[in-house]
Amino acid sequence: MTAPNPNSFRNQPDERGHFGAFGGRYVAETLMPLILDLDAEYRKAKADPAFQAEFDDLLEHYVGRPSPLYFAPRLTEELGGAQVWFKRDELNHTGAHKINNCIGQILLAIRMGKTRIIAETGAGQHGVATATVCARFGLPCVIYMGATDVERQQPNVFRMKLLGAEVVPVQAGAKTLKDAMNEALRDWVANVHDTFYIIGTAAGPHPYPELVRDFQSVIGREARAQMLARTGRLPDLLVAAIGGGSNAIGLFHPFLDDTSVRMLGVEAAGYGLDKDHAASLAGGRPGILHGNKTYLLQDEDGQILEGHSISAGLDYPGIGPEHSWLRDVGRVDYTSVTDDEALDGFQLLCRTEGIIPALEPSHAIAAVKKVAPTMPKDSIILANLCGRGDKDIFTVAKHLGVSL
Amino acid sequence: MSARLSAAFAKGHPALVCFVTAGDPTPDATPALLDAIVAGGADVIELGMPFTDPMADGPAIQAANLRALGAGTKTADILRIATDFRARHPQVPLVLMGYANPMTIRGSEWFADAASAAGVDGVICVDIPPEEDPELGPALRAKGIDLIRLATPTTDSARLPTVLDGSSGFLYYVSVAGITGKQAAAISSIKDAMDRLKAATDIPVAVGFGVRTPEQAGPIARVADGVVVGSAIVDLVGQHGADAVEPVRALVASLAAAVHSAREHAA
Repeated sequence: MTAPNPNSFRNQPDERGHFGAFGGRYVAETLMPLILDLDAEYRKAKADPAFQAEFDDLLEHYVGRPSPLYFAPRLTEELGGAQVWFKRDELNHTGAHKINNCIGQILLAIRMGKTRIIAETGAGQHGVATATVCARFGLPCVIYMGATDVERQQPNVFRMKLLGAEVVPVQAGAKTLKDAMNEALRDWVANVHDTFYIIGTAAGPHPYPELVRDFQSVIGREARAQMLARTGRLPDLLVAAIGGGSNAIGLFHPFLDDTSVRMLGVEAAGYGLDKDHAASLAGGRPGILHGNKTYLLQDEDGQILEGHSISAGLDYPGIGPEHSWLRDVGRVDYTSVTDDEALDGFQLLCRTEGIIPALEPSHAIAAVKKVAPTMPKDSIILANLCGRGDKDIFTVAKHLGVSL
Repeated sequence: MSARLSAAFAKGHPALVCFVTAGDPTPDATPALLDAIVAGGADVIELGMPFTDPMADGPAIQAANLRALGAGTKTADILRIATDFRARHPQVPLVLMGYANPMTIRGSEWFADAASAAGVDGVICVDIPPEEDPELGPALRAKGIDLIRLATPTTDSARLPTVLDGSSGFLYYVSVAGITGKQAAAISSIKDAMDRLKAATDIPVAVGFGVRTPEQAGPIARVADGVVVGSAIVDLVGQHGADAVEPVRALVASLAAAVHSAREHAA
């Protein structure tokens, strides 16, 4: 066994679930014993080769991993700077990276003897992924979704229902992702004896940020090995979009101790940082919500503000606690792009590479568009293409003034 | 323990603890509602601090939070309501109940200082379990404010000492695994829980969640040191707005009669 590296960026959180000043377990007492059970069970699963083998087998044969690493020649040529590569997680079963985490969590749920699954969803991608694994393992599934999101994401609502899930429209608050998460927590606290809550992003009470990161780190582990095999070197810059931050932490984490690799997380600047947006790091400050301490959009009294992004998947007023820590220690840089810039990025990838991206990674593409031209031609950018855009064509059409 | 809270649980009868959300329906309406709760015979007042994301609350208190925030209720209003209450009612214990973020956003010392200056006796924070005590507990204890923790049906005997360590004032037993204002627990399960809790601590234990009527409150008061009623009062405020003063006084009076006399019936 190698001695732990005290300077590693990969040894968070501590045993209490803290990433520096962030993270933790800020939950009601009713949930606390279950959170402790989950933590203990996760430690055992992590050390159990049979658990890892089943996870790997499902990722390979059910999800379709490893996802390809793709060099984007025409985008690279158009931007005129660094080589642009994509990790193609949009090719996964269900069309996004969300399924990686759902496979891991449902295996944990089964291990713990839980017989009922709940989840929250915003755009519906995590809801679809959760409904998918519930169908695969024959467990009943309830998805909480803000009533506003139910209205604007009808195709995903129908997908979830086809997969056998019950979709509960949440009428509380602003009727979006934050309210769906509140309602899922209310369900969980009332059904804690038989119910497992599959949280969709690398946030929530410990151990969720850690276990979601671990399950999503397959993205970065594969990408690192693929890049070394293809080019014999590591990328110079990683880029990923951030709502809660699960695809970004999944890509970044295996590279955190590679000092030559810079990283850029891209938040949603919505209409602009001086208007409505969902950039918790750029426009928020630390606070406590949904079980963890992290950067939040909030007023001076600690009341939570509504996020806005054209991408329902980034439309959340918080961010995973490990990102808050990585920003404060300076290991990862964070930037933001607006709705309009993301729409440009969306169209750019369609036109140059024949790939229709989701609006979430369109934010990463928009950031790549800005930074690639400033980098030498022999440098390498690796961006995470975390979802495909089928679900977003109605939104994009509307913004482009096209009626379908 | 705060002298006012100790006295409230040493009156020779079980205590009635009543909850109302600060600023519901408006900050100006809250003082008269608090006075009605005192006039009705409540022994302890819980003043709810509204929050945008009340994850442990059912529809009644969620709606109250939205009404209060919609009326522009700020933390400064809540502290002013508490300060004025203390001036009008020097002996009635007042507890602030709410969520971590509004309590800690300016730092726990700031909150403890402000609560202390406002004459607050105790604080209940729903989403700071003992594992995160440093976030709030030390600052409150330094100011002599009781940190009132919650115990639930899922708090087993192995965990109970962790919950009790650093708790004072009273222990709030959440009688059902769930959110506020929903179903009531069976009296037999409450009796079993009381036996377990009282064997582990000397501080008073009050039982809440799902208690709405004198008929429910009386039997609980026979086995507990106190009974907490929240959603039923908040529902009246939702229904009558600023005109809820008399209905609230009448409900509290009927609850107080049942709770205060519970042990007499039991004899």
